[in-house]
Amino acid sequence: MSLYRDQAVVLRAWKLGEADRIISMHTLDNGKVRGVAKGVRRTKSKFGARLEPLSHISIQLYRGRGDLDTITQVETLHRFSNLRTDPDRFARAEAMLECVEHVAQEREPDPRLHVMLVRALGTLNDQDSPLVVASFFLKLLAHEGLQPQVDECVSCGATEQLEAIDLGDGGVFCRNCRRGRPVSAGALDILQRILGGGLAGVLSEPVGPATSEVDLLSTALMEHHLERRLRSVAVLDQTQI
Amino acid sequence: MSYSSTVQELIDQFGRLPGIGPKSAQRVAFYLLKAPTEDAVRLSRAIVDAKERVSFCERCFNLSEGGEECAICRDPRREERMVCVVEDAQDIVAVERTQEFRGRYHVLQGAFSPIDGVGVDQLRVKELMTRVGEEDIEEVIIATNPNLEGEATAALLAKYLKPMGVKVSRIASGLPVGGDLEYADELTLGRALEGRTTVGE
Repeated sequence: MSLYRDQAVVLRAWKLGEADRIISMHTLDNGKVRGVAKGVRRTKSKFGARLEPLSHISIQLYRGRGDLDTITQVETLHRFSNLRTDPDRFARAEAMLECVEHVAQEREPDPRLHVMLVRALGTLNDQDSPLVVASFFLKLLAHEGLQPQVDECVSCGATEQLEAIDLGDGGVFCRNCRRGRPVSAGALDILQRILGGGLAGVLSEPVGPATSEVDLLSTALMEHHLERRLRSVAVLDQTQI
Repeated sequence: MSYSSTVQELIDQFGRLPGIGPKSAQRVAFYLLKAPTEDAVRLSRAIVDAKERVSFCERCFNLSEGGEECAICRDPRREERMVCVVEDAQDIVAVERTQEFRGRYHVLQGAFSPIDGVGVDQLRVKELMTRVGEEDIEEVIIATNPNLEGEATAALLAKYLKPMGVKVSRIASGLPVGGDLEYADELTLGRALEGRTTVGE
């Protein structure tokens, strides 16, 4: 039962009672935390605006006896304003938040995941590439110990003629062992670069069939491991005209 | 001890309403059981009447009573060239209270929120586009809430409506009248500066 300070990314917010909100956030030192922000829906609220999803904030909380901490102070670190004014990027950013909301455990510190999320939001804020979210999903899977094997065939270890990928088996298959869905050479190259440390080069890749294939594939992998559909991704498809 | 099935059913039905937990449901149910019969009948009649008579306006999706179109859409004195887009029917009442707007409305029935699975298909966006295409509309004023979802909805509508050659505007955001500048949060004050207007013209 004490006050503590932390940095957090706001994942979701729910209305509570007349004027309060429950805020779900991913913090640097305390993992996923749920807190109550009292009176933030009133127009007089000082920090209501800083507690919207997508905000990267510095926060002070009071840990009580219950599950929910009470939010006492909030300062903005980054607002990622481009993500708020572009519907496509907004949906992409929400897909990342939705994913972290499902993956992160309450009060289980995971600073690496926190840093990954902040960096991914920053990158998406600066450049609109579908591969930002795809890379984030793949890196997150790797971080969770579920990195798909993309360099050699899962079955025989061959490194040539890799042509298919299976979500359940967690990797690619060669022509002889093929199983699962087909994967193009271009997409495979991008997957290998993302997971092999060549992320920066991948993000400047022009949008093409291979990038959208990787986008779909990373979502499918993520949904397979989460064992649920990501709602934000379904909505993203609707916004395209 | 458990309640008789009739009482339990009443409690369960109240418990399904928003913001009412099991304890509150029990309290309301017992209040009604103790209250005079006429009170209970009046309540049940009000619920049934509202459900039977009130529907959504076919044109703007505001609440409408006794007709296919709502009172605002039927009113010939209303300005036809301006449409104010709001998230919910309650917001119309708020805008009407200002007495500043004489145009018509369009209710989206929600706001763009991918994480909740609410996208273009779940909102009345196509209907709005049809109206802009068919009616004599010159300006669409977007009056969604000044929060994350509301702003994203505004950006989304602008993306769809701009190519149709209609003026798209957004309500201003800033300080509450009668407020004190030193207590304003930086985001609101920033928005107020951004949307400043020329004085004395």
